[in-house]
Amino acid sequence: MKDEVLIDIKDVKKHFPLSKKWFAEKKYVKAVDGVSFSIKKGETFGLVGESGCGKSTTGRLINGLIKADSGEIKFKGKNLANISEKDWKKYRKPMQMVFQDPYASLSPRLKVKDILSEPLKIHYPKMPNDEKKKLVTELMDKCGISEFHLEKYPHEFSGGQRQRIGIARSLILRPELIIADEPVSALDVSIQSQILNLMKDLQEEFGLTYLFISHDLSVVEHISDRVGVMYLGNLVEIARKRQIFEDPKHPYTQALLSSIPQPDPKKKRETIVLTGEIPSAANPPSGCKFHTRCPAAMEICRKIVPELKQLGREQYTACHLY
Amino acid sequence: MSNIQPEVVTTDRIVNERKETHFHQFWKEFRKKKPALISLFFILFLILIMIIGPSVVPYDPAKPDYNRVLESPTLEHFFGTDEFGRDILSRLAVGARLTLSVSISAVLLGAVFGTILGLVSGFFGKLLDRSIMRVCDVLFAFPDLILAIGIVAILGPGLRNVIIAVSFFSIPSFARIVRSATLETKEMLFVEATRSIGASNRRIIWKHIFPETVPTIIVYFTMKVGTAILAAASLSFLGLGAEPSSPDWGAMLSKSRDYIDSSFHLVFFPGLIIFLTVLAFNLLGDGLRDVLDPKTKD
Repeated sequence: MKDEVLIDIKDVKKHFPLSKKWFAEKKYVKAVDGVSFSIKKGETFGLVGESGCGKSTTGRLINGLIKADSGEIKFKGKNLANISEKDWKKYRKPMQMVFQDPYASLSPRLKVKDILSEPLKIHYPKMPNDEKKKLVTELMDKCGISEFHLEKYPHEFSGGQRQRIGIARSLILRPELIIADEPVSALDVSIQSQILNLMKDLQEEFGLTYLFISHDLSVVEHISDRVGVMYLGNLVEIARKRQIFEDPKHPYTQALLSSIPQPDPKKKRETIVLTGEIPSAANPPSGCKFHTRCPAAMEICRKIVPELKQLGREQYTACHLY
Repeated sequence: MSNIQPEVVTTDRIVNERKETHFHQFWKEFRKKKPALISLFFILFLILIMIIGPSVVPYDPAKPDYNRVLESPTLEHFFGTDEFGRDILSRLAVGARLTLSVSISAVLLGAVFGTILGLVSGFFGKLLDRSIMRVCDVLFAFPDLILAIGIVAILGPGLRNVIIAVSFFSIPSFARIVRSATLETKEMLFVEATRSIGASNRRIIWKHIFPETVPTIIVYFTMKVGTAILAAASLSFLGLGAEPSSPDWGAMLSKSRDYIDSSFHLVFFPGLIIFLTVLAFNLLGDGLRDVLDPKTKD
């Protein structure tokens, strides 16, 4: 049970075409350029990286909101990469999403009760109304929204409450996997911890598996079991949380970690400041994509793309240093 | 979980203080738009006349009185009488039903088909979108009235065909405006969120995208009614719409133009009422747009 693999993606690629002109040279934004990882049942996998590195696209690829160009996306052993839109309905039920912006992810003209019962209406069209209402109220209670909010519209709530509604909506179908795309980055820091704790409590109660996408390392540190670090469409390092935060191997991970503010001013730590901008995903550097900004770049990095290498138990790094 | 409590409590209090529906918010803003408000009352008054008109008018609008032919406005006949001695005020009041119902039903028809085309076109995109929009472009290329005359010429004169003709030239404009609203809404996160719970395209279009386009449709509908009244009156004026003897405003204007030299009031009052009604619908549309469609605000 503990080691059952829930989701397994292999070498998934998604390139968005840049120009639609007929005779222009075809250019692509390589949003996701060969990503592989797997998530075990009951675990929380944190996916971190700068904005534009393809982490949100990866989440949407798993849920089928965006179709992958190539690669395998296996959910419980079943490859979802090329099933038809019709069949997706069946597979979306066990994997639901929570979105970044709680102000935009709820339909503004639907009442809370309609937003929450909509998944039930879609997947159980024959369920009687009072049963739907019972399920909705039960879940609202678990997510910390009181029952008398049922008749209200999303604009009447604060960001934190809306995100609770968003989480409740993702849970109403009793899914196994929740893809949380920056669920707290639009919220105040004080509300962030409430939502994160709520998500942890719900994970315990419903035995959920999380794919937690975030650019905020401290948030990821708080919630994840394992962490994958993305840079320009590639995973550069995957490891258990402890290994990532205590002994990062990849120079990019090291630089990211050194950017976390230290609460203790007396504690000195070396900060690695990356120079230069993140290169364009339409025209990524050759070899290792990080070599343009890497403090430890070597000749080989310019030419050969590094593969993910196993360094320790469950620690993988894509770098020529090792 | 105890640290959750404060947030919930404070927000509840605020929410209870301003327990507003969408309509309340709308009305609070709309009340400030004086021209639109006056127009709204004028239109409501016209609709009232439309409903109760025939039973409250002082004279039978169809009964001639040859002792009082072409009489100027008096206390007995506020708007005067026409060439058969019929009371113009009564005829205008009864004609409101004819003119307004023709224009409103024509725009309604155009709005329904235009909205469906616009939603489908904007949502599915690609070839379907391009074909629908090119057909609309072709229709746009004709001036409204010329197109309507052409359609009536093919189908034959009569009010039913006027409705068809007027609705026909409103379809492309509704299609285009709903399409652009659809394109915008379709990219919003809540549409993606709905898709991620497994909703079908039909459900997304009707339950999530269509409600977002409703304000735009209402605004446009109001403005188009003005145009439609003008078009229907023009068609009747040209003898392609209502029967010349019926109290349709356009037909009244048409028949009385022979007397424009001697009895000015015959032309003046139908013209004035058409002018005021069209103006009212346009001003109402302007006001609604300011309130419902904040993007166009300066």
